[in-house]
Parts: sequence; C-alpha cells; structure tokens
Amino acid sequence: MMNESIILEVQGLTKRFGHIQALDGVSLEVRAGAITAIVGDNGSGKSTLIKILSGNLRPDSGSIHIGNKTCPGLTIPQAISLGIRTVYQDLALDNYKNSVDNIFLGSELMQGPFLNRRAMRREAEKLLADIHVAIPDLTEPVASLSGGQRQGVAIARALRRPGKLLLLDEPTAAMGIQESHSTLEMLAGLRQRGMTQLIVSHNLHQVFALADYVYVMRSGRVIAAAATGDTTAQRLPELILRRESEAEGL
Amino acid sequence: MTTFKKWRSRQSAPLLLVAVCLVMMVFLSIETRSFFSWKNVVNILEANSYRLILACGMMCVIASGAIDLSTGSILSFSAICAATVLQAGAPVWAGVLLALVAGTAMGTINGLLIQITRINAFIITLATSFMYRGLSLMVTKGIPITKLPQSFRDFGCGDIFGMESGVTMAFVVIVLLIPAFYFMRWGHYLTSLGGNPEALKRSGVAIGRYRVSAFALMGFLSALAGIIITARLNSAEANAGLNMEMDAICAVIMGGTALHGGSGSLPGTVIAVFLMGLIRNGLTLLSVSSYYQQFVTGAMLLCAVVAAELRERKRRIG
Repeated sequence: MMNESIILEVQGLTKRFGHIQALDGVSLEVRAGAITAIVGDNGSGKSTLIKILSGNLRPDSGSIHIGNKTCPGLTIPQAISLGIRTVYQDLALDNYKNSVDNIFLGSELMQGPFLNRRAMRREAEKLLADIHVAIPDLTEPVASLSGGQRQGVAIARALRRPGKLLLLDEPTAAMGIQESHSTLEMLAGLRQRGMTQLIVSHNLHQVFALADYVYVMRSGRVIAAAATGDTTAQRLPELILRRESEAEGL
Repeated sequence: MTTFKKWRSRQSAPLLLVAVCLVMMVFLSIETRSFFSWKNVVNILEANSYRLILACGMMCVIASGAIDLSTGSILSFSAICAATVLQAGAPVWAGVLLALVAGTAMGTINGLLIQITRINAFIITLATSFMYRGLSLMVTKGIPITKLPQSFRDFGCGDIFGMESGVTMAFVVIVLLIPAFYFMRWGHYLTSLGGNPEALKRSGVAIGRYRVSAFALMGFLSALAGIIITARLNSAEANAGLNMEMDAICAVIMGGTALHGGSGSLPGTVIAVFLMGLIRNGLTLLSVSSYYQQFVTGAMLLCAVVAAELRERKRRIG
C-alpha cells in the first residue's frame, strides 16, 4: 500500500538496449506537491526513466504505481489517462502550427465535428497568462517563438488537461540565462499551486534552487537519494562522479 | 505585422499562381481567337477534372509528410476492375463500386505498409506502383478493354449543368475536403503528422490511423479519376494514368503545400491544376507540339520545388 503523500512509486525498473543496461533496478518515490529531481551524468539512465514513465518506452521488468494503479509499463494514452503530463526535452512541438494548436494538440475543443478554434484560443490565453508566459501573437507558428516561449507552450500543453504529475526532461537545456531563469520561475509557480513535478536535469545548481528531493543516478541505477534540505550542492557532483563501489547515501 | 500582410505572406504561393494565371489568360486572349470563349473554359475544366481530383488527394498525402507514386497505377487497375465486370454484364453501380473499393484497398495497403514497416513512402509506393501496374497487365494481357456500356459513359462523362459529370465530381470532392482538411480533426492531425509526427504521437493520438486514411483517400480518389478517364475514352488499359502522379505532385507543390509536409493548401492546389490546364490548353491553341508540353510541365515542377525549398528555408530561418 502506497503512502498517502506518495503520488508515484517506481520499483525495480530495468531496461536493456542490446548489450547496454540503461536501467538496472531503479526504484524511487515522488511526493505529492513536491518537486523531485533526478540528476546524473549523460548515459546515467535519466531520460530512459522519463520515457518509461511517459509511456514512450516499456520497461523489461519492474512496476510503476500511480494513484491506485500498478502497471508493469505504460503506453502514452495510458500515461495520459493516469494523469502523467510530460514536457519533453525537444518539447515535441509542431513548428508549422501556432501556439493554440500546439497547446491543444490531441485534446482539441470541438463544436460537433468541427474544431472550436475560438474557445481554444480563449483557453490558451488563460493558460499562458496563468503561468506568466507572454506570447504577443498566438497565430504565429511556434517556430518563430523564443526558447522560453516555446517551453511555455509545451508546459501549457502539459497543464491543459488536469494531471497528477508533471514530468520535465531537461527543462532548461539549450536555453539562455534569462530564459532559464523565467522557466525556473514558472516551475516554482507551479509548485506553489500544488503541482507535483519530477524533473530530470544535469544542472545541479538549478536542481538545488528548485527541488525538494533529489535522486542521483549513475549507470542505470539510483545511487543516492535525499531531501535537498539535508544535503549540499557540493555533495552532488562528488556522488555523480564517484566510482560505484564508493556510492552511499547523501 | 497587420492581418492582411500576414495573410498575404502565408498565401504567397496561391497569389503568385493567380497572377501567373491572369497574365496567361490575357496573353492567350490576345494571341488566339478561341481562348476567350465559354466553350474553351468548359473544355479546360473537363480536361482537368480528374487531374484536380488526383491533386486534392495528393495534397492530403504530401501535407501528411508522405508521397504516393502509385496513384497512376491505382487509377489504371481500378478502372480495369470496373471495365472487366461491366463487360461481363454487371450493372454500372457494381462496376463503379468495385473500382472505388479496389482503389481504396490499394491505397490502404500502401498506408499500412508504410505504417508497419516504417519505410519511406517514396520507396513503398514506388514498389507498389510497379505491382499494381503489373496486376493491370496481368488482367488485360496488355489489351485495352473497350466498348463499355453507354450507362457507364453517362456516369463518368455525362452532361451535368452543361459540363461533363467529372467537373461536378471534382467540385464535390473540393467542397467535402474543405471542412475535413481545414476545420476538422482529420485535417488538423494530417498536417501535424507532416509537421512533427512525434509530437502528435506523444499527445496520445493514434497516428497510424491518420497516415493510413490519407493513403486510403488517395486510392479512392485515384479510382474516381480512373472512372472518369475510362468513361471519357470508352476504354480501360494498363497504361492509363501513366505519370499522372507527377502532374498531381507538381500541382500540389506549386500550390504552396510544404514539400516535406506540415501544411497544405487546397486553394493553391486547385489554382495550380487550373494553371497547368491553362498552359496545356494555350500550347495546344498556339499549335505547339505536345512534346513541349512535357518539357514545360517538368520545368514548372522544377521551379515549384526550388520555390518551395526556398520558402521552407526562409521559414526555418525566420
């Protein structure tokens, strides 16, 4: 039985690609209303874990508990129906379409058999205002937007349908300092509204500024876990880089 | 940017085509006596009705990020299916239905093969185009099927509002495609499939259904075009529709549909088919050899592809 405050529990997830063991018995918990971060070097298995939780990959073994359900793996529609919302590293935006179309992609508002563009635009304006993202012209294709605005569109799409958990894969990767700052402010604002978040990042300073709990991954394993209040930012790089035999709690 | 400027920028390809059409029309009206007549306008519409139908289907396929090189072969084989059963004494509705079902089935096979194997549509439809053309040759042994029932000819090229029925069919196809492509989920997802299929998939949409539907529609419309051509010529043969997919692709790209998918322009496609018809008609009225028509079509395709690529690069930079 899962603790009331734990919204997601992952147990013993494994995933192998040919001879590469991407995940090797990963277990973790995500608490409701908190920001949980997963940090680790390239190839540590962070993105594979996010892909499994969002339904893009099926694990070889292990289980995922979310809400009252326990699943060996998820498909994308299953993950969506269980309330998992994902903001991918590449943002998964259709560059030809405008912000409104991207925010509602896959969950359009309809008027009979026709798209209700007016209602979608109204709701998109509201969603973007809620997360403090300013896009002057919602009819412009998203290809013409800045990195921060595109991130805002991707987050607005994830928040468009009520969800339990927001997964963010490297939310500030390839962003400038100012855009990273506004994205982090946006995520902090979401936490204040009670949105549970699981963030994958290799930017340790950002993780410490934002997260409540942190998991350190290396070679497909979780090698340490702690509340950010119980450790220091200086301890994380040591753990990420230390040899596996030396790994311990934070 | 004002709303008008934005609209003008997005519709640059169709607007350019309209301008070229107008120049052509003025030139041909001055140079030939018979161009500026109702009879000639009807002639252009009738001669291009099936091309318009094919181009509309191809626009949907290209907007979805794919291409269909088997259109001409599907056209030929579905027409042969209809002609074979009609010669055996089947009623017209049965022949037409069989052709449409065969065309849709062949299109669906294309879509399924692309979806299942994940191999490029260019390669898959190139292979199936040979297979479908081969089927036509196997059934007919290379001999045209002629002398079709008058009732079939009436269906495919009978008179409706003073024009051949093919013109009405093309009109109906356009009228039905406008809401489906621009205002319904189907068209919305089709363009997303061309723009970023991964984005669509990650939004929980079953993308295979939309990919297959684009090819099924192309197959259906190829069969419809096959019925019109067969009725007009009173003959179904294995070589019918040869290279017609090239005309359709040419019109779609000229009309402003993105070469790699992601956006489509139905008005642009319609105007491009009309422009190509105008050029063919003009060259004929000017007594220019039909050999030159082939060259002109190829040159137009080249210009359209270059223009589309430049448009795409500008969009990416923007």
